Amino acid sequence: MIELKNVKKVYDNGITAVHNMNVRIEQGEFVYVVGPSGAGKSTFMRMIYREVLPTEGTIQVADFDIVNLKRKDIPHLRRQVGVVFQDFKLLQTLTVFENVAYAMEVLEKSPKQIEVRVKEVLKLVGLEQKAKMLPNELSGGEQQRVAIARAIANMPRVLIADEPTGNLDPETSKGIMNIIEQINQQGTTIIMATHNADIVNERKHRVLVIEDGRIARDEEQGGYNFED
Amino acid sequence: MKIRTFWRHIKEGFKSIGRNGWMSFAAVSAVSITLLLVGSLIGIVSNINNFATDIENDVSVRVYIDLAATDEIQDDLADQLVALDSVEDVTFSSRESELDNVKGSYGDTFDLFEGDRNPLHDVFIVDTTSPEITAEVAQEIEGMDYVSDVNYGGADADKLFQMTSTIRNVGGIIIGALLFTAVFLISNTIRITIFSRSTEIEIMKLVGATNWFIRWPFLIEGALIGFVGAVIPSVVLWFLYDTIFGTVSGFLSGTTFALLPPDPFMYQLLLGLMAIGVTIGAVGSAFSMRRFLTA
Repeated sequence: MIELKNVKKVYDNGITAVHNMNVRIEQGEFVYVVGPSGAGKSTFMRMIYREVLPTEGTIQVADFDIVNLKRKDIPHLRRQVGVVFQDFKLLQTLTVFENVAYAMEVLEKSPKQIEVRVKEVLKLVGLEQKAKMLPNELSGGEQQRVAIARAIANMPRVLIADEPTGNLDPETSKGIMNIIEQINQQGTTIIMATHNADIVNERKHRVLVIEDGRIARDEEQGGYNFED
Repeated sequence: MKIRTFWRHIKEGFKSIGRNGWMSFAAVSAVSITLLLVGSLIGIVSNINNFATDIENDVSVRVYIDLAATDEIQDDLADQLVALDSVEDVTFSSRESELDNVKGSYGDTFDLFEGDRNPLHDVFIVDTTSPEITAEVAQEIEGMDYVSDVNYGGADADKLFQMTSTIRNVGGIIIGALLFTAVFLISNTIRITIFSRSTEIEIMKLVGATNWFIRWPFLIEGALIGFVGAVIPSVVLWFLYDTIFGTVSGFLSGTTFALLPPDPFMYQLLLGLMAIGVTIGAVGSAFSMRRFLTA
């Protein structure tokens, strides 16, 4: 489903963020990406939705050959890959409903389709009662749930979450993890970068440890066993 | 593009102008001033051009016929002149009517040159197909038999042609520079509105909006700024030209010169300004979008 072969990334400033990386992730898998700050986790994930292009090697995501992807085809790739950030990136002037609907509007979905799907995902993340509120009227955890709802509104095959619980307290983080696991159970591949050892150790999934731009360990049902 | 999407883009374009009210106002003002200058320049250059064309069209080659030429030879010469490719029309003016012309200009002092004492020549007045080739034609005619002299205003006409072409070129360069400035100003405004909406653009890109979907509202915003910026100088120029035309036409009546009449000149100019406004607006915004949509 996702396959990186001999991938290397050197940024314009000369820093090599990723060295000779080889990874294969199957459809429906749940993968934690852990490792020290600056190890290359974000670069690894950003290459999957082609925010960053590798310097060497090949990357296949579903039917897309990332390295040779034409610019006009990038939007089609992005529709298959939902992304959630630590800082939510919500539009502050739009309500919860509008924030989620926005992602579908830009794909020119019909108002009817949007209405149905937005209600569905808001229910999934437990925010159907707060649909008319603005982001700044919500707690951090709720805002992250809106961001997740938006990321999955167009039913992507992959959900990439870059430290989705980074700014949240343990209790709220649990709620977010429940939602992400639920999305995974519906068949969506999850790739989640995190520094939260408790989550990785409690909710067992495949763990990719990235250190110095290399895959240091790749364990099924692994734990958060490295020094930060 | 779906109709729903089309309306969405228009709505977004308008909304963005409102959201960045002061910047939009600044951009509209800048475009207005620029287009006012551009419009005035086009008005001036067009009228000078028109004057020059009047003069140019007035330039004809005067062929003085040798006094020894018989009527037959004159007919022959006329045939030769008409046969030239670049000659449009040949009219004959006898030495008597030439003298009448001179007397008309300088008065009866020339009465003593009546009859056999008339020193003037019979003349063929040759009109060329285009003013630029007058000199060439004159030269060609000079070589013909029984042509005593050829005159086309020579150096004066050349100077005039040169001056009008300089005015056209310099005017064109100034107009080009002004338009470039306007594009730059609009592009800067749109860049600021893009910055203020960078999260929105980032999200649109992340969820897979096409570049054109993202670009349209900004292009419409730019075009709107350009359009509104063109309306103001259009109104000003309309009144200004109308007043000038009314005043100056009085002075010019009876001469061969005339200002371009407001109908259709003003309609053309104002339509042109609107088109320029919309185009520079859209181009300016396309410029500032480029960097945001490369990845």
